[in-house]
Amino acid sequence: MSFTLSINGVARQVDLPDDVPLLWALRDGLGLTGTKFGCGVAACGACTVLIDGQAVRSCQVPLSDAVGEITTIEGLGQPGALAPLQAAWVKHQVAQCGYCQSGQIMQAAALLAQVPEPTDQDIDDAMQGNLCRCGTYPRIRAAILDAAQIMKAG
Amino acid sequence: MASWKTITRRSFLVLGAAFVGGAAFGAYKVAEVPANPLVPGPDGMPLNPWVIINADGITVIAPRAEMGQGISTTLAALVAEELDVDWDQVRVLHGPPAQAYYNAGFVERMSNEPDYRLSQQPRSHNAILAAVPKIFSMQMTGGSTGAIGGFVQMRLAGAGAREALKAAAAKRLGVAPDTLRTEGGKVIGAQTFTYAELAAEAADLVPDDVPLRDPSTWRYVGKSMPRLDMVAKSTGTETFGIDIVLPGMKFATVRMNPRRGGAMTSFDPAAALALPGVEQVVGLGNGIAVIASNTWTALQAAQQVDVQWGEADYPADSAAMLSRIEAAFTTDPDSRLRDDGDVEAELAKGDVIEAEYRIPFLAHASMEPLNATAWVKADGSVEVWCGNQAPIMTRDAIASALRIGSDKVTLHTPVMGGGFGGRTDPVPAVLAARVAAAMPDTPVKLTYSREEDMGQDFYRPAAIARLSGRIESGKATALWGRTAAPSATRSALARLIGFAPPGPDRATVEGGFDQPYGLPHYRYDGHSADLAVPLGFWRSVGNSMNAFFLESFIDELAHAAKADPLAFRLELMQDTHAPSAMLLETVREMSGWESLNRPGFGRGVAFCYSFGTPVAQVMEVQETSAGIKLTRAWIACDPGLAMDPSIVEAQMIGAMVYGLSAAVQEEITFADQAVVQQNFPDHDALRMHTTPRFEVRVLQNNGSFGHIGGVGEPGTPPAAPALANALFDLTGTRARELPLNRTFDFAT
Repeated sequence: MSFTLSINGVARQVDLPDDVPLLWALRDGLGLTGTKFGCGVAACGACTVLIDGQAVRSCQVPLSDAVGEITTIEGLGQPGALAPLQAAWVKHQVAQCGYCQSGQIMQAAALLAQVPEPTDQDIDDAMQGNLCRCGTYPRIRAAILDAAQIMKAG
Repeated sequence: MASWKTITRRSFLVLGAAFVGGAAFGAYKVAEVPANPLVPGPDGMPLNPWVIINADGITVIAPRAEMGQGISTTLAALVAEELDVDWDQVRVLHGPPAQAYYNAGFVERMSNEPDYRLSQQPRSHNAILAAVPKIFSMQMTGGSTGAIGGFVQMRLAGAGAREALKAAAAKRLGVAPDTLRTEGGKVIGAQTFTYAELAAEAADLVPDDVPLRDPSTWRYVGKSMPRLDMVAKSTGTETFGIDIVLPGMKFATVRMNPRRGGAMTSFDPAAALALPGVEQVVGLGNGIAVIASNTWTALQAAQQVDVQWGEADYPADSAAMLSRIEAAFTTDPDSRLRDDGDVEAELAKGDVIEAEYRIPFLAHASMEPLNATAWVKADGSVEVWCGNQAPIMTRDAIASALRIGSDKVTLHTPVMGGGFGGRTDPVPAVLAARVAAAMPDTPVKLTYSREEDMGQDFYRPAAIARLSGRIESGKATALWGRTAAPSATRSALARLIGFAPPGPDRATVEGGFDQPYGLPHYRYDGHSADLAVPLGFWRSVGNSMNAFFLESFIDELAHAAKADPLAFRLELMQDTHAPSAMLLETVREMSGWESLNRPGFGRGVAFCYSFGTPVAQVMEVQETSAGIKLTRAWIACDPGLAMDPSIVEAQMIGAMVYGLSAAVQEEITFADQAVVQQNFPDHDALRMHTTPRFEVRVLQNNGSFGHIGGVGEPGTPPAAPALANALFDLTGTRARELPLNRTFDFAT
């Protein structure tokens, strides 16, 4: 079946069965591999993307339900034009293996859009669905807090 | 200033001839063994096996697997230090399988002496031992050896390339090379030349004399460098193995016998083949693969194949396995790597304290599930992309599975989304190649489901330990530890190289026999359990087992002696290994140890010397209405020379989180011969809200200058006992089994 998805501001065609989750349409259908597969059961957050600004686990959204403006890590910023959140990730040298970081960053982007100056408790609440086996949590927290300050200063 | 000649002489004396032959000649005498695997091409001119120069910049071949530990950045910094290039000119690649990329650092892991004693002695004089990594082409990542192996090798590579470039410029200018200087990727004299301009001429100029920089002038080594992979990993543009995209690629998954090692009796693919998007079901002897138009369809279809599984060659469940491990205590010890004083006579005096501890199997559970992509070409050759820790072995395993020569296999090693020891076996690469062979001329990406990744892992052994000790006048006089476990080393080597070398198995007892405790009577035995569960190397290997046993038991001794557990350890250590004792003093000061002693909170301390690096940790826990919370942790480590302090800090925290995650809640159990745990909901780890706050201090006193301890693993072993000791302090309950959530309620 052919679907038209709005991804990072661009209409994209993908031809896959309608029960294929958005995650696999992005990765296998469209070659947008920044969004990661970790568990397939919404338990790790590696596949997090934004749909209309809300953080969702793309492994749980069948193509037939993927309606709205989809933002993936590729749409947040690029190596030559980092979003403030990504710049904070680089400044704090957050990533180790880096595999979960696309999902962490997209989850943090949703948090900062809703809570521009998050407390530690806000960060705990928003980020606890995103697993990191390398244990980068302390630097993730520092980067989110720093990005909030930078974004506030505009 | 160090020079090639002095390095040769000193290295000859200290390290042995074979080591120098490999590192030095391999660095810039490219015609000598090992041969340079890189070939000149439109992409750039290789100056030696480690440095390629082209118009865009400098590419360093960092031939250790990047699993997140930052080794590619550290190895590149060593080259850049000598090569005189700006950091933003540097790129890094893993490189092909080749003998030139053997890991000299494994020498450090080939002794049965306690590490802390080695750090106090001149380096090994054993030239035969030193040659082992080269002779056996050990292009392997593991044992926290990457920086150690690269410390001389990579600087010589940079210096050799620099001198070749200077020689090329000198030839052009008709002057002596030593009248020229280098800076920012240029050779500067009467005229200035970029390295790119000189590269083609430099490739033929092999210098005789290569001076190495004095460490006091280092700009990159020993500094916190921006990691070369950080921007890519913050923008979703890093290409992990699972991200390989090739033209016309198909997507596959596997479903292997959950009774590990058992055969497949039969399979019926009809239901799977009926699903839209499924192209093929491939029988693999002990499992099946499905090839489809996308990974998700393949994952669904694999569950639709009707399979009959044969049995494994091990007991049905965890209880029966533990009985098998327990039975090993009745056999003669496999090892007795420590036997100071006369333990039996001392314990016969009475007042003996005894305890038994039990720990489960553990999975690696890297974030990136196991995967590999293979493309069998029309001419019978195969190209494979697979994150792996042992490229030569992986290449040869693929060749053997497809019955082709190793020269027909092109293996790429992309960066890995975690490894923790779990990407040593070539199984995913071999399976991908076999599956791709069923669809020639078509690239096939094979991705494991999380469930398959967890059920087909090579596990950290389950183990039982029995410890006895004696206290007299408030002091420990004797300790006898006995660990019974199936051997991870023998299990892995039997799979990987076809035989298990004879001799004592260090991994069963490391972290127990080799600690710098100056007990007058100190014995540690390993007992080898006969249990055919497939095992592997899990971050810190045996240290993760024995540090829990020994450090829990030392705490029990301290309690029996009515002593402060930190002071108790300090007294046992201070005359044995001063840098280790200093770490205990450091965490005492950092944590405000005395002030942690207050109602509602518990404090615990633990120590382990592993992979050349002693680490002390203090853990604080708090009783809350929601359960016990891990509040704060303090880590002091001493790797000797800290190659990149920011990376060391990140590894220390990450390794402790990894150890705490396992200690709190992780276990792999078996029922009906299959692994019970399937996915993160039943094999979870610490998360943002359950991770404590950390403070890390990196000391650099250990060993003589140039001692480099590992940093990827040593933070893991003390984590479990530090937490268990804190929980005892909080509750008065001593947990003698892991995971700790069997005994305590944690806030979740």
